[in-house]
Amino acid sequence: MKAVRKATIKHAFKRDWRLYVFLIIPVVYTLVFKYIPMGGLVIAFEEYKVRKGIWGSDWVGFENFLKFFESYQFGRVVKNTIILSLYNILAGFPVPIIFALAVNSIRNEKFKKFTTTVVNLPHFISTVVIVGIVFMLFNSRTGIYGNLGYLLTGDFPTDLFASPSSFRHMYVWSGVWQNFGWNSIIYTAALSSVDPTYHEAAQIDGATRFQRILHVDLPSIVPTIITMLILRMGTVMTLGFEKIYLMQNSLNLSASQVISTYVYEVGLSASGSGDFSYATAIGMFNNLIELILVVVVNKISKKVSDTSLW
Amino acid sequence: MKSEKKKSKIASTGKDRVFYIVCGLIMVVLTLMVLYPVIYVISASFSNADRIVAGKVWLWPVDINLDAYKLLFSYDQLWTGYANTIFYTVTGTLINLGVTLICAYPMARKNLMGRGPLMMFFSFTMLFSGGMIPNYILVKSLGMLNTRWAMLLPGAMSIYNMIVARTFIQSNIPDEMLEAAQIDGCNDFQFFFRMVLPLSKAIIAVLALWYGVSHWNSYFNAFLYLKDRELYPLQIFLKDILVQSESITVSEDDYTSVGMLSEHISVAIRYCMIVVSTVPLFCVYPFVSKHFQKGVMVGSVKG
Repeated sequence: MKAVRKATIKHAFKRDWRLYVFLIIPVVYTLVFKYIPMGGLVIAFEEYKVRKGIWGSDWVGFENFLKFFESYQFGRVVKNTIILSLYNILAGFPVPIIFALAVNSIRNEKFKKFTTTVVNLPHFISTVVIVGIVFMLFNSRTGIYGNLGYLLTGDFPTDLFASPSSFRHMYVWSGVWQNFGWNSIIYTAALSSVDPTYHEAAQIDGATRFQRILHVDLPSIVPTIITMLILRMGTVMTLGFEKIYLMQNSLNLSASQVISTYVYEVGLSASGSGDFSYATAIGMFNNLIELILVVVVNKISKKVSDTSLW
Repeated sequence: MKSEKKKSKIASTGKDRVFYIVCGLIMVVLTLMVLYPVIYVISASFSNADRIVAGKVWLWPVDINLDAYKLLFSYDQLWTGYANTIFYTVTGTLINLGVTLICAYPMARKNLMGRGPLMMFFSFTMLFSGGMIPNYILVKSLGMLNTRWAMLLPGAMSIYNMIVARTFIQSNIPDEMLEAAQIDGCNDFQFFFRMVLPLSKAIIAVLALWYGVSHWNSYFNAFLYLKDRELYPLQIFLKDILVQSESITVSEDDYTSVGMLSEHISVAIRYCMIVVSTVPLFCVYPFVSKHFQKGVMVGSVKG
């Protein structure tokens, strides 16, 4: 048995060795840049000292994790992460669907093409520029927001970027602005594959176009909607660092400090303590929860709608 | 096409007309909401700085002038940043494409021994990662901190894009073609370069666009790994000036020729910076948006 297997391996390798040559670089890359950092997570269980290195530093077990759970920041950053992320998911959800349904009902192809091209555009604008535009336009003195406020009330409005509650709205709705067009593509595609005979049958039965949306279009994309919603829920603990960090300032920190930015602040920022081990432990806690969420959510999605990421 | 025509004949009852108007309105409103800030930024960049701050610009430029652009163009860091970004985008994208394709092709071969475990090896990294600090330690210990390599190597391949490419190759290059080529004495290297690459132009274009845009737009790696201003990409300068409101320093003679660098003119310069940094995208985008959308659909098909 073993000999046979060995022979087939040898045979396969002899036949396909060139394919394995192709794979050398990708595998080495993945090992070095993806798996070694995972190994680097051991410093979460140490009191890492740069001079002593990863293997020479003292082990402290779960001390760093406990320190995080007991710190007053724990409740705050976890709460902020979940609130911001849930708000983001829920607010970002309906607009692409409504847009896709509208696009699908319109028959003027040129108009359709123009609008979809325009609304997809912001997806490709960089985070820095998006945040820059938001800062400029909503500046309470020099921006449209400030000037409009002045025009209407005779006084400059309050600074939106100084208040924690408006931070959430600015973050979420600038994201909706940037991505609703792009996120609608998947629904547009699902709608275009609806069998036209359903529509014809409904028309013969005297359904109006709006009734056809409710009873033909919408039901046919419900599986896509459910799948997307479930899968997005799996990313509730995943909040990118880039945009939040840019929109963060000392005045809105009570709403804008999330796990990823806190990791940066503790570990790498000039004002932080440079505590690599503590920062890694916080990051690892987040990654583990993300992993569990994604796996669980996939299981649910598979059961409910027969689709999953893998 | 035929059914389309039929549809338009049957429809258009009074109720439907209202419906179509509502649909059209939704689309117009959403499109305008996207378009308005974009137009405003462009208009402001060409307007008189005092007029912007005084709120005289609403849609079209007011008192058109190029003072802010002149000042911005005299700002050396802009050109350094631009050159660096072009370098990172071009080199980075080439590296990305190379690594992604040589990974995707073997993974597309269904009879490859160890394909399943290899796939798990690659895709696990999409679910779990070391995170910010371990990555930083790695880059530091490889001696790449504050070098151009830190911008090119850590993200050399996106596993997601590799899977997209693999799926494309799998569904577009039939096994019979490989068999026929093999009978003619073609080995895997030759097959890859002579058949797979030319037949995968569509997906290569999509990947190049995705990778290219992400290089052009990224600031995170530069922000973490680069200290030297000479190495900074455009986005870092944008971040400093747009977001952190760092003041812009220009050389002495430009300073006096245009007048003092007031708060007003620096507002105008920020609008110019947004335009200048995004203009390449605006030029290319209308021609390639179709490919982007196609790419999304390729990616959503699993193999």
